[in-house]
Amino acid sequence: MPNVSFKSLDKISGPLIFVKGVDNAAYGEMVEIKLPNGERRQGQVLDTSKGLAIVQVFGSTLGLSTTGTSTTFLGETAQLAVSDEMLGRVFDGLGNPKDNGPKIVSKEKFDLVGAGINPYSREEPSEFIQTGISNIDGMNTLVRGQKLPIFSASGLPHNLLASQIARQAKVLGTEENFSVVFAAIGITSEESNFFIKQFEESGSLERTALFLNLSSDPSMERILTPRLALTTAEFLAYERGMHVLVIMTDMTNYCEALREISAAREEVPGRRGYPGYMYTDLASIFERAGKIKGRQGSVTQLPILTMPADDITHPIPDLTGYITEGQIVMSRELHRANIQPPVDVLTSLSRLMNSGIGAGRTREDHRQLADQLYSAYAQGKDARALAAIVGEGALSDLDKKFLDVANNFEQKFVNQGLDENRPIEQTLSIGWDLLSGLSETELTRIKPEFIAKYAKKTSTGNTIKSE
Amino acid sequence: MTDAFVSRISGPVVVGKGLGGARMFDVVRIGEMGLVGEIIRLEGDSAQIQVYEDTTGLRPGEKIVNTNKPLSVQLGPGLLKSIYDGIQRPLDVLREQSGDFISRGKIIPALDQKKKWDFVPVKKKGDQVAPGEIIGEVQETPLIKHKIMIPPNVSGELVEISEGQYTVNDNVAALKNGKTIDIGLSSWWTVRIPRPVLKKLPPEEPLITGQRVIDTFFPVAKGGTAAIPGPFGSGKTVIQQQLAKWADSEIIVYIGCGERGNEMCEVLTEFPKLIDPKSKRPLMERTILVANTSNMPVAAREASIYTGITMGEYYRDMGYGVALMADSTSRWAEALREISGRLEEMPGEEGYPAYLGRRLAEFYERSGKSILISPEQRQGSLTLIGAVSPPGGDFSEPVSQNTLRVTRVFWALDASLANRRHFPSINWLTSYSLYVNDLSDWYKSNVSKDWVDLRKEALEILQRESELQEIVQLVGYDALPEPEKGILDTARSIREDYLQQSAYDEVDTYTSIQKQYQMLKHILEFGRMEADAIKKGVSAAKVSSLESRGMIPKMKWTKEEQLEQLVNNIKSKMNQEFDNLSKEVSD
Repeated sequence: MPNVSFKSLDKISGPLIFVKGVDNAAYGEMVEIKLPNGERRQGQVLDTSKGLAIVQVFGSTLGLSTTGTSTTFLGETAQLAVSDEMLGRVFDGLGNPKDNGPKIVSKEKFDLVGAGINPYSREEPSEFIQTGISNIDGMNTLVRGQKLPIFSASGLPHNLLASQIARQAKVLGTEENFSVVFAAIGITSEESNFFIKQFEESGSLERTALFLNLSSDPSMERILTPRLALTTAEFLAYERGMHVLVIMTDMTNYCEALREISAAREEVPGRRGYPGYMYTDLASIFERAGKIKGRQGSVTQLPILTMPADDITHPIPDLTGYITEGQIVMSRELHRANIQPPVDVLTSLSRLMNSGIGAGRTREDHRQLADQLYSAYAQGKDARALAAIVGEGALSDLDKKFLDVANNFEQKFVNQGLDENRPIEQTLSIGWDLLSGLSETELTRIKPEFIAKYAKKTSTGNTIKSE
Repeated sequence: MTDAFVSRISGPVVVGKGLGGARMFDVVRIGEMGLVGEIIRLEGDSAQIQVYEDTTGLRPGEKIVNTNKPLSVQLGPGLLKSIYDGIQRPLDVLREQSGDFISRGKIIPALDQKKKWDFVPVKKKGDQVAPGEIIGEVQETPLIKHKIMIPPNVSGELVEISEGQYTVNDNVAALKNGKTIDIGLSSWWTVRIPRPVLKKLPPEEPLITGQRVIDTFFPVAKGGTAAIPGPFGSGKTVIQQQLAKWADSEIIVYIGCGERGNEMCEVLTEFPKLIDPKSKRPLMERTILVANTSNMPVAAREASIYTGITMGEYYRDMGYGVALMADSTSRWAEALREISGRLEEMPGEEGYPAYLGRRLAEFYERSGKSILISPEQRQGSLTLIGAVSPPGGDFSEPVSQNTLRVTRVFWALDASLANRRHFPSINWLTSYSLYVNDLSDWYKSNVSKDWVDLRKEALEILQRESELQEIVQLVGYDALPEPEKGILDTARSIREDYLQQSAYDEVDTYTSIQKQYQMLKHILEFGRMEADAIKKGVSAAKVSSLESRGMIPKMKWTKEEQLEQLVNNIKSKMNQEFDNLSKEVSD
């Protein structure tokens, strides 16, 4: 039913308008809404039946009126014209140029909500991305085609971490850089300016496409912004063979927008008022990371979300964690202790780590060294909690050793500052340094042959072989 | 009947008009694209339909065609080694036909329609055959002989049967019972109806998985049910995959239900490379994969569980032991919730439909070790292992609770264990298996007489450890008496040298039940000798620094064939060192 217009609205409720008399609007069809004052807005069909279409308006419903507002059903579902020219450009949350540059004109149009990748077509992500950050490379390795969110909270420096990753990320043995697609979802203009400045300073702006929906922009646009970014990323990756890093911040705002629509539609709410289909909806975003057999490029996602009240069991981080391949969790405690980046290693995880590390990729001892560091740090933290009650003196010798490991781990391994870009060998070497105080029987996670090959001598000159 | 049309579209739910005479759960084809859907509610001539494919672009007024058949799967040779989506479309063929992204409205036969299979009859013309009787065999893969059976409600005299090459759509035999009934190489079955069995038997044999914490502490019986609930990142998927790889089941059905695409891809690339430790053949030759990832349509996710279990039941009916892993049943329950919400049904707990518990119970009830419908009363088993993903790791939510009510093994995954990379992160204090008593005879006669006691002893030590840890929290480790320190040492050894098992290490990934016995026996033996030595006045710290103590962790990294030698070394070293210690003290 291309280009059919209707003169009036039946009802306006929150971000939704109800158009009567529409006989066969397609589900997901795009709609142009013309206000009485001539202004135009975009919308999309959410529910359609003979005689009634419910349309979600991208933008505010301010100024809309039941009479005098005309709607045109455009006959096509949401699409984005894509081209190579998009790199180096800035767009708003609906994909219109925001940098006074020309509109993107291209014959190549892609559906915003693409069909899912056939699992059989996927290629297993296995290329190690060196971010230069020990905590990530050593303990929660990122690989090409992965989706690894940063779980943060208000007041924590997740932006610094994300920009450091974007700046330093590279695949060993190649000189090629990542292209970056950046989606700002309801963040402040300050935060957005920070990222733009970072991209400028590192000279990566010309290989970055930015989609900006700021906190002052209409919340309904936020439904589209990440999809615009991912459609662009998929085009660059699968049609142009680029390796694309997609940074989306802040996914919490996206979920809020989703809840707003759900409430307006009077749907039965799931946990905390978020719609029951939020898992499926988030999956339709996050699952667009990956690699495809026989195609050059890859889409790696680095979404950022803030956990309301630092609560990792809140539906937003919870559902995200069930979809993504791990998470990087920021810690308020470490931030207070002035450790940069303040990433809590114990709750962080990279599910694809194993396919990206080991002999031929990083080093053969990587997995077991990381496991040992994990377990030693966990025991050290237990010892620290214990020492807070009974005093350090009452700790067993073993606990004291682990406490030392934990302290050094935070100070030397995790703490590295904003500018240090550590090669993976250095990261692993620091790891072995930390373990040098432990005896061989305490290194239960590491095979004896790796201990013999890689273990460091302690400062007193003894090897770590048991005395 | 042909003038049925779409009257409303709301996400995956479509309302159709003009469908008078349609039956519940009939499959329909919708619109120009021919999307596949299933009728889930009828009102007059209008029907609510859940659509297995994305409905974007569909318009009211488009036609609906009723196939007049409920959702069914085709069962025959060629199921093994396949990878299907939630409604049994082979994903590899789908890719060949429509590219890297899943396109809509494609109907693709589940089984290769052209391939010829060698059918070898085991019955001859003139034989009387009964329901469920095996009339012939096809070597489906080098590992598995596919049995061609008489359907459950049919009997008569074979009037035709001959050896030869047939496709899945050919008839291989005919029998007469008043009228002539053709028997095909393949058959169809409605996924929502369980395949019948004669009688269910009590469980008596464990499913050996090679995973120490499971086989030793919390075994599941063949034909039993198990639930693995755990928060994200606690290693559910790794455990499910380990079971799929190593469980001593003849057939494995692995359902990736609403999970990650990259993880399914890992399964797809890894499984074909894995070699069965016993037959030395690729594990894929006994495996069926069902993959409906989280970004694939939600209604097909709901169907995927039934598609998978129907195929599992089919192989059980041949007399095989089948293990089915579903990862994750929570995603399936969420699909139910989503559809229920679109139908505007009155919600039960947390928005889940009121029939959630019933549907879960129906699913798990399809498990069992059974006497099958057959003249020779052959036996088969179907073991169900379901992962549950409770929001926030809170086991009090409806899916976990309803699952625990109907399953008999509970492997509680623990985030705090996972955080310190204790894998598998199955908590030994909160997990349970109700099969332990049923299976103890099997362990006594197949492993060792003292197996049951060793298991009990190890669990008691771990229980004691958790009590002692509370005391340590208050007074510090140094304030503990020496014998208690000894117990903590042994508990630590059980945890680190036994329960922790690396899925990624070549040797450690699978431990035979005999090796498990040897390992546990010597860890506990060391503990007993330590307790004795402490009684005589040796300090716990001294015992920990013994060379033989340092040898115990090596057991798990040691290949089965070299284990005996290592164990002997440990034994002699242990005896010698403890002898020396007691001499030192008595001097």
